[in-house]
Amino acid sequence: MEFIVLLKQVPDLAEELEIDADGTDLARDWLSYVTSEWDEYALEEALQLRDQAGGSVTCLALDTGSVDELLATCLARGADRVVKVGSFERQPASHVAAAAFAAALRDMPHHLVLTGVQAIDDLDGQVGPLVATLLDLPHVSVVTHIAVGPDGRTATVHQEYAGGVVAELEVDLPATLGVQTSRETPRYAPVSRVRQLMKTMEVGSVEVSADGGAGLVIEAMSVPEVSATAEMIAGSPDAIAERIAAILAERGIGKAAVR
Amino acid sequence: MSDDILVLVEHRAGTVLDPTFELLGRARALAAETGGQAIAVVLGSGVDPLVATLGAADRVIAVDDPAFAEFSPSSYQAALVPIVRDRSPRLVLVANTGPGMDVASGLSAATGLALAAYATGVALEGGAPVVTCQLYAGKIDARVRFADGRGIATVVAGSFPVESGMAAGSPPVERLGPPATDGRIRFKALLAPEAGDVDITRETVLVSVGRGVGEQENLELVEELATALGGAVSVSRPLADAGWLPRSRQVGKSGLKVKPRLYLALGISGAPEHLEGMRGADLIIAVNTDPRAPIFSVAHYGAVADLLDVAQALTRRLAG
Repeated sequence: MEFIVLLKQVPDLAEELEIDADGTDLARDWLSYVTSEWDEYALEEALQLRDQAGGSVTCLALDTGSVDELLATCLARGADRVVKVGSFERQPASHVAAAAFAAALRDMPHHLVLTGVQAIDDLDGQVGPLVATLLDLPHVSVVTHIAVGPDGRTATVHQEYAGGVVAELEVDLPATLGVQTSRETPRYAPVSRVRQLMKTMEVGSVEVSADGGAGLVIEAMSVPEVSATAEMIAGSPDAIAERIAAILAERGIGKAAVR
Repeated sequence: MSDDILVLVEHRAGTVLDPTFELLGRARALAAETGGQAIAVVLGSGVDPLVATLGAADRVIAVDDPAFAEFSPSSYQAALVPIVRDRSPRLVLVANTGPGMDVASGLSAATGLALAAYATGVALEGGAPVVTCQLYAGKIDARVRFADGRGIATVVAGSFPVESGMAAGSPPVERLGPPATDGRIRFKALLAPEAGDVDITRETVLVSVGRGVGEQENLELVEELATALGGAVSVSRPLADAGWLPRSRQVGKSGLKVKPRLYLALGISGAPEHLEGMRGADLIIAVNTDPRAPIFSVAHYGAVADLLDVAQALTRRLAG
């Protein structure tokens, strides 16, 4: 079985996001990037499935000039191959990314293509179903469980709905899946190993022509006024607790009100 | 080309789901502005009971076929693509759910219509849709237009009132002939979640914790506070994923929707998926170390502080 994982980097939300001078994009000069959380789950699932069913895991990322660490981390975690796709100044819109991945996959054997169900910057939609449509593959989003059938021709997956309800679906392979979570926490890759691999790893590359766009015009981006509605309580933890207790007592909420 | 607003009806176990009603209500208001119709598109088997609840639509397009008895992403897409191509609506509204994500991006790729994801607002300017999208886990809002004036939006649940789309009445139904289907994805079963020890949808007080709690041992302090308040502990997704508390305690899009009298959010940043499950609580108090955490946008009261310090102080205060 050939497992493919599509990964990308997104801005690290641990840092404060700001808007650029034009007001239509993030101020990117000082941003730091991390691998999209859901793509990490997709990789973990691919590694687990390969270990069960045999085969190999190939990780693909668009070449934005800064994906070596991401790809080295994939190898350190156990991926068999890593490939840079195309050449981009920065992470493009999902439609452009999907077209590039689809072009690369046309010449690459693939039975199961896994990617994160979503990313925090998917303004024009999710890459998984876009790639699937371009390659005419079936696609399931919000997948929380994957089992490849004994003949390797189908996979049984769980699609998660609200309230913890899941649908069990059977999918003909090849297929693409948008992974919501992995069966185990994504495995750890020692930083020293990643650093070493960044110097020694072999990285495949695929040239693709990336035309087209998302068809969206971004008029403005803004940081929402988060505390516009909330009354903020300042002070020490004890002062905050005192105020919360007073608010609750006023409304007759909690045991305190009964006493 | 038309000025119609299409809404994809999502239904499960014979019931139209709330996000669909939200979209129908919004579509009705938008169609009144465009001069087009709000059209509900329902794919199912024996759709009459579903159609009877779609009174907010001006018209229903129904595909009624055993192949659509249950949801299949591949069959849905096969049937929807020609409908959207033929009607060329001004706007297609799809809920940002699992099935919604399955079909919306595929529709976009297949029809060439642009897609605006994570929408929380949809308006018209000069007859063309303007969509507000929530990016970066709710930390950034983007206002976008479709380059050619028409497109698809996937809308976050809770963005519009459910009631506005729940009008009575039977709109005219246009039934389509044998649909295109694609059997590469086959529905097998719907699996209900295991019942939990506590039903968080019935609790009047929820002390809800997220990643900010840090270590699993710290949950004990949160349990103590919940007990002092006469409530229960609920969690955001990462803690349920880690198995610290059962899935039945999870609040949010993939968990449960709760409406307690008090929702005390401790160390929860407030990603859109979480807000979907709790924004209807009577009183929301949030404690987070990040002053820009989106949870503060739905909270009535907020404090920028360490949740463990506040939890312990409040437990002491309630005991004393």
